[in-house]
Amino acid sequence: MMAQSQVQTENAPVLEVNSLSQRFGGLTAVDNFNVKLMSGELTGLIGPNGAGKTTVFNLVSGFYQPTEGQILVDGKPTAGFKPHKVTSLGVARTFQNIRLWNDMTVFDNIRVAQHYWLGYGFFHSVIRSKRYKKREAKVAQEAQELLEVFDLQRFKEELPKNLPYGTQRKLEIARALSTHPKLLLLDEPAAGLNSHDVKDLIRLIRWIHEKFDVSIWMIEHHMDVVMELCSHIKVIDFGQTIAEGTPDEIRNHPAVITAYLGDDNI
Amino acid sequence: MKKYSLNILLVVFAIGLLFAAHFRIIDSYIQIVAMTIGINIMMSTSLNLVNGNMGEFTCGHAAFMCIGAYISSILSVFCFGSKFGDPLLPAASVLIVFPIIVLIGGAVAAVSSLLVSVPSFKTRDDYLAIISIAVNYMIISAIENMDFIGGSRGFQGMKDTVWAMIDIFDGPWMLFWVINFTIFTVWVIRRFISSTYGKGVNAICQDEVAAEIMSVNTNKIKIINFMVAAGLAGCAGGLYAHIIGYVNPQSFNILKSTEALVMVYLGGMGSLSGAVISAIIFTGLLEVLRSQAIIDGLLSPVTMMFPDWEPSAGVIKWVMIPLLLVIVMQFRPEGIMGNRELGDVFPKLKKFYRFK
Repeated sequence: MMAQSQVQTENAPVLEVNSLSQRFGGLTAVDNFNVKLMSGELTGLIGPNGAGKTTVFNLVSGFYQPTEGQILVDGKPTAGFKPHKVTSLGVARTFQNIRLWNDMTVFDNIRVAQHYWLGYGFFHSVIRSKRYKKREAKVAQEAQELLEVFDLQRFKEELPKNLPYGTQRKLEIARALSTHPKLLLLDEPAAGLNSHDVKDLIRLIRWIHEKFDVSIWMIEHHMDVVMELCSHIKVIDFGQTIAEGTPDEIRNHPAVITAYLGDDNI
Repeated sequence: MKKYSLNILLVVFAIGLLFAAHFRIIDSYIQIVAMTIGINIMMSTSLNLVNGNMGEFTCGHAAFMCIGAYISSILSVFCFGSKFGDPLLPAASVLIVFPIIVLIGGAVAAVSSLLVSVPSFKTRDDYLAIISIAVNYMIISAIENMDFIGGSRGFQGMKDTVWAMIDIFDGPWMLFWVINFTIFTVWVIRRFISSTYGKGVNAICQDEVAAEIMSVNTNKIKIINFMVAAGLAGCAGGLYAHIIGYVNPQSFNILKSTEALVMVYLGGMGSLSGAVISAIIFTGLLEVLRSQAIIDGLLSPVTMMFPDWEPSAGVIKWVMIPLLLVIVMQFRPEGIMGNRELGDVFPKLKKFYRFK
């Protein structure tokens, strides 16, 4: 197991989760969860409300420490890591409810998210050393490029709270990408978007997936988004994996239909 | 020209003030007020770093001032005073050693800020406020119970250091140091807070969860931010001790912390220029309201109705200033500047200066 994870081959899993469990008191939010995401994959995680999807994301991003099980990012175990450390290993995420820094400009939002490779500390920032200038220029350049490819250039000096909802989503994804992730976790990216924006989002995610060389794992309730984008889908309910497979397999899977629509034996 | 305009203005102002003080154009009362303004600017801008930029609520800032004051006073008496035996250092070295002493006081205060910053990892808002008040009391009580530095009677002997400076050159030395340290404080804070590194502090204020997920090491930033704030407050304390020549633990109690809080909320949270402006206004008001004539004038309608009542300025002052705070919070809850800098409020000013 260990030997396998240390071999850095082209097809090494970006994320490997082994028998992950999370209990909150008596409640088992996630039970024996396993997943292996290969680099470049676009995977979906679906399930009814309260199934434990966001808990899985919180565990992977280091926000909770798992009760049991192991999470390997790029072959490295993340046990005991704070979220910022996990992010610097290459896992970025967005949130179900948009969590931008609303009183900082769009440009600053993207610059601050590059803290993990800032490479200078308090003293450099005060004396404005050569290192500071070099790193600031680099960070600004990265942020600038990201804004340009995301077509957010015109909002550079705006505050995020003044932007339309769809643009805020886009900005949040751009901010997540500024941490140079290998794996991008999208927690309900289509939540609160209208059907037109959802179409844009599908195009955006597909484009990100191609352009940024990043694996994407998304939670989504809009089935059309998941079915159209994901090559592989995992379904959980009450913390347990009830099905996995390609979109077509999931669509007709009896356990999934039961979980979503209920059992007709009642 | 634009790049240096602010620096030149500051230097001209500082030299002008020092000359005026040296040639007795302004008397020693005005000098004391000017120095108090400087110290209050240091207190309000440094507290603004925590309460404004980081959005935490701490109200024990005077504790760090106290530590800075005591540490630098003790060092200064050891080095140049005769209270603990012969002076350790020759009096001629005072001009180099004095700023170092003040900075050491600040450094110790910075380390002591861990008492607040480590609990702040897990606590926020009201709970952190309680912790910070507790730390304030803890430090004051600890010093009150240390008899070798005077306990509750206070500690003195720092004037020896000031006299050593005056022996070298007869000038307004404390004013000189206060001006320098005030500029230093604002300089450090502005540079820290405007760097991408320091903007992590704002990120924590606006959404701590997002900050942590977006690779900002929130615990480290919190420690550093508290350390900078406490360190600068410690420097303010060191200078304060040398101006007055006497420190007493009770002069750094919760009232002093509240004064700093009032200045921050008056100026506008997270606004550096607001903190500076409100420190000037607040100190000015305190001094103006000290005058019995002005208080009598303000209260003349009331005293006409109640001729037996003779208000004393020292007491009424503390009715007027909280009242001012109530009025400001009612009609302008974001403070004078309200999270904006001077350049944002008056965009035309931006033509005349540029920060490096």
